[in-house]
Amino acid sequence: MMQFMLLFSRQGKLRLQKWYVPLSDKEKKKITRELVQTVLARKPKMCSFLEWRDLKIVYKRYASLYFCCAIEDQDNELITLEIIHRYVELLDKYFGSVCELDIIFNFEKAYFILDEFLLGGEAQETSKKNVLKAIEQADLLQELCAFLSPSPVMSTLMCLCTDWLPSLLLLLLLLLLSTLHAELLSAWHLFLCPEHLTLSLFGGGGQST
Amino acid sequence: MSPSVPLQEMIRAIRSARTQCEERGVIQRECAAIRAQFRQADNGGRSHNLAKLLYVHMLGYPAHFGQMECVRMIASPRYSEKRVGYLGAMMLLDEKQDASLLITNSIKNDLSHSNQYVQSLALCTLACMGSAEMCRDLAPEIDRLLRASNSYIKKKAALCAVHIVRKVQDLGELFAPTARSLLAEKNHGVLHGAVVLITELCGQNTETLEKFRKTVPDLVQIMKGLVISGYSPEHDVAGISDPFLQVRILRLLRILGRNNEAASDAMNDLLAQVATNTDSTKTVGNAVLYETVLTVLDIKSESGLRVLAVNILGRFLLNNDRNIRYIAMTSLQKIVGTDHNAVQRHRGTIVDCLKDQDASVKRRALELSLALVSATNIRSMMKELLLFLSSCPPELKAEAASGIFNAAERYAPSQRWHIDTILHVLTTAGGDVRDETVPNLIQLITNTSELHCYTVHKLYRALLKDISQQSLVQVACWCIGEYGDLLVKGECQETEPVQVSEDDILDALETVLQSHMSSPTTRGFALTATMKLSTRITDNVDRIRSVVSIYGSCIDVELQQRAVEYNALFKKYDHMRAAVLERMPVIEKNSPGHTNGVSTGEPVKELKPVQVKQGEPQHAANQVCDLLDLLGGSEEPQQPQLAACSVVPAPPISTSTAGGDLLDLLGGLEPTPLPLLTPAPTMTVYEKDGVTLTLSCEKQSDSGLMVTLTASNSTDSNISGFTLQAAVPKSVQLHMKAPSGDSLPPSDTAKVTQMVVLNNPNKVNLKMRIRICYTIRGSTVQDTIQIDSFPTH
Repeated sequence: MMQFMLLFSRQGKLRLQKWYVPLSDKEKKKITRELVQTVLARKPKMCSFLEWRDLKIVYKRYASLYFCCAIEDQDNELITLEIIHRYVELLDKYFGSVCELDIIFNFEKAYFILDEFLLGGEAQETSKKNVLKAIEQADLLQELCAFLSPSPVMSTLMCLCTDWLPSLLLLLLLLLLSTLHAELLSAWHLFLCPEHLTLSLFGGGGQST
Repeated sequence: MSPSVPLQEMIRAIRSARTQCEERGVIQRECAAIRAQFRQADNGGRSHNLAKLLYVHMLGYPAHFGQMECVRMIASPRYSEKRVGYLGAMMLLDEKQDASLLITNSIKNDLSHSNQYVQSLALCTLACMGSAEMCRDLAPEIDRLLRASNSYIKKKAALCAVHIVRKVQDLGELFAPTARSLLAEKNHGVLHGAVVLITELCGQNTETLEKFRKTVPDLVQIMKGLVISGYSPEHDVAGISDPFLQVRILRLLRILGRNNEAASDAMNDLLAQVATNTDSTKTVGNAVLYETVLTVLDIKSESGLRVLAVNILGRFLLNNDRNIRYIAMTSLQKIVGTDHNAVQRHRGTIVDCLKDQDASVKRRALELSLALVSATNIRSMMKELLLFLSSCPPELKAEAASGIFNAAERYAPSQRWHIDTILHVLTTAGGDVRDETVPNLIQLITNTSELHCYTVHKLYRALLKDISQQSLVQVACWCIGEYGDLLVKGECQETEPVQVSEDDILDALETVLQSHMSSPTTRGFALTATMKLSTRITDNVDRIRSVVSIYGSCIDVELQQRAVEYNALFKKYDHMRAAVLERMPVIEKNSPGHTNGVSTGEPVKELKPVQVKQGEPQHAANQVCDLLDLLGGSEEPQQPQLAACSVVPAPPISTSTAGGDLLDLLGGLEPTPLPLLTPAPTMTVYEKDGVTLTLSCEKQSDSGLMVTLTASNSTDSNISGFTLQAAVPKSVQLHMKAPSGDSLPPSDTAKVTQMVVLNNPNKVNLKMRIRICYTIRGSTVQDTIQIDSFPTH
């Protein structure tokens, strides 16, 4: 199983950390510091695998971000590289040509996507389409609930949001309401036309400070 | 109190802070605002505040005051708040915090929520940070979800169950039946979860493993479906259909097929198919192939399949991608013990990887190269390894040096080569060798008497070049001290003759003594060497005397003590000086296999003094006697002492001392009833408690006798651990061969025979004392008998 995953920039700033083993805050900080130092010290053409303590570390650099996973002895390093790649693809699909800034400003969304893809250190869904669909549905639910106050109506609506047809109806409802309620414009934006003018992760260096 | 800003504003503000101090200020202000907000009543902005807190936490600032807020938000009916609340719980709470217990109830409620996304939040959190108590409480819920829910929840419940089983092993039994039924699902996510769950269950309990072996056909079926099926857009990755699931299934098959013929047979075809059909141009394909190879090598696969697997690894070794090469070497390391020949074929490529730029690859290549060294390729491999040593990264130097030493010791084709190799290592990596290298090397040099001249010349030259490598300098000083006369003589067949005067030697030693690079141990070596030279060389004894007396007032206590003692040797005990500083005899090798007494339960053969080869280290007792002689009289300091040890027929002496020990050890035990002294070739020498031992002799040569001891058991219980030990008088040589077995079945059904070869060159009266040990009905029995006369004819 994966013990933890870290995302950090080239300057060593942590952008995301997901721990699947119980460790104290102090230990986590120590491990992070050590690992960041070790990975940043490696030259570009070197092997993506290294041995650290009794774990295997698999890391890959995408533009300005390092994705670093720690796996146990029994795990397959090459498939872990694929898992990292799949996660980047998911982020890319969700944010649309994702870059580091997206992950900085929307870190909680990055976590939600990770939680739909990995669970307890293992991959839970091997189909990209299903993961993205689940995220969409959950986001829709969140928007609805942010809009409506807690009531029996809302809980009924929450129950309905498990399939595409009711969610389509609710989307239409949203559209209707958004013309009246300015706050919902952001939600519409999110689902229909994301306008992110940032550089793609794969195309070149993203900005990071 | 500043108004709270939205999350993104805060992030922007923090990022635009130019100094650490400014950033701290911003964060402190924000945290204060957040704390105030937490204290207020529910105002709809709670999730934003918590998200802000989580950001601050990720930057490394303390955020523990958010823990209770997390608990509150998890209990909220709003989905947006739940979502952030659970995220906060996973980040801020872990099982070590007390507050984590408070969310157990919320999780329990959410697991039965009508909305699947709420259920999924709860499952995710439980799988990430659930403590053992939480797992115990919620296990029945998870089991329920595993059985009756949609596939979205089932796959999450399966992985949750994995976490529970890892935390609380006993609960494995709860999930085993459900796990089996999950394999019939069509949804890949659920299948993946089920396979992971079964892997975990099998890993923990061997009984469960046995039960799950029946699933092998199902797994093979699923796998076949994945491999053969056409393009499926949902799960396809670069031409491979759902590689994640494939890899997990292969891993489970590995566990199920290990040590089990039937299961391994069932998977042979499938593995062959996967190995040949998988496209290996992309990483994904290689990942699946890698897992297949690991599985093939771990189960009881047929030889053709194994060869295929090793060939795949060979192909990996030639791959351009460094990652693949690294993986290949890691796998080859695992099988180099069992499939040695197969791995040897790829030796060339592996040795090439020693020159790779990457440190991880180098390390793997080094380990593998050391494992591949054998008697046939030792020369070429050593060349490569020495080349590697001169350019390897510092963290690998010690490992490389010790590996080279081991290899050289085991497979050295000649003594000269061995010494050359060790000297080479000392010159290149002298600082990284272990401490026992120096005494080992000294012992090696002493043992090869014919190479003393060559060795001392080489070491002298090395010393002149460089005195920074302490191990090398120590060995060089010792050698010069011992064999300085050979150095002065100048002629040596092995190397070009060079004129070395006594002054030169003393100069070299003095340089070592005075250099600041020399450690105290090294200087001790140098001083002793200087002293020894006083008996080996003739002209400059006065110079030596002056050097020694200077160090009589050295600050280093060890040196001072030595110098004072040597001074005394010059003045008061000059008549003993020559004797004390004589050449050292051959040092005994204190290896673990060398027994100095009776060993319990080991094959008896090892106990006996074996035929001594030329130059073999002598018994300790022998050396002690020599030293006593030294101190008693004054003899010429010459080689004869060493020669005496090796030229004089050693066998009797070593036999006597070892045999003597044996006799002493066995002495004191009551000899059992004497054997029947019949002149017949076979005689019964021991008969007691149903165990019978008979002896028969055969004359081999003038002085050689082959004795066969046969044991039989006429009781009705099984006898195990039957061993015989024998001792003979001083001048007789004894060699025991391996016994035919060590257990005697009851009622004389089978016998144990042991052959003993005796050599009696001095024709003394042949006696033998035999000790019998065996175990019967759980208790050990020991007995000794003495045979005073052998049947002769």
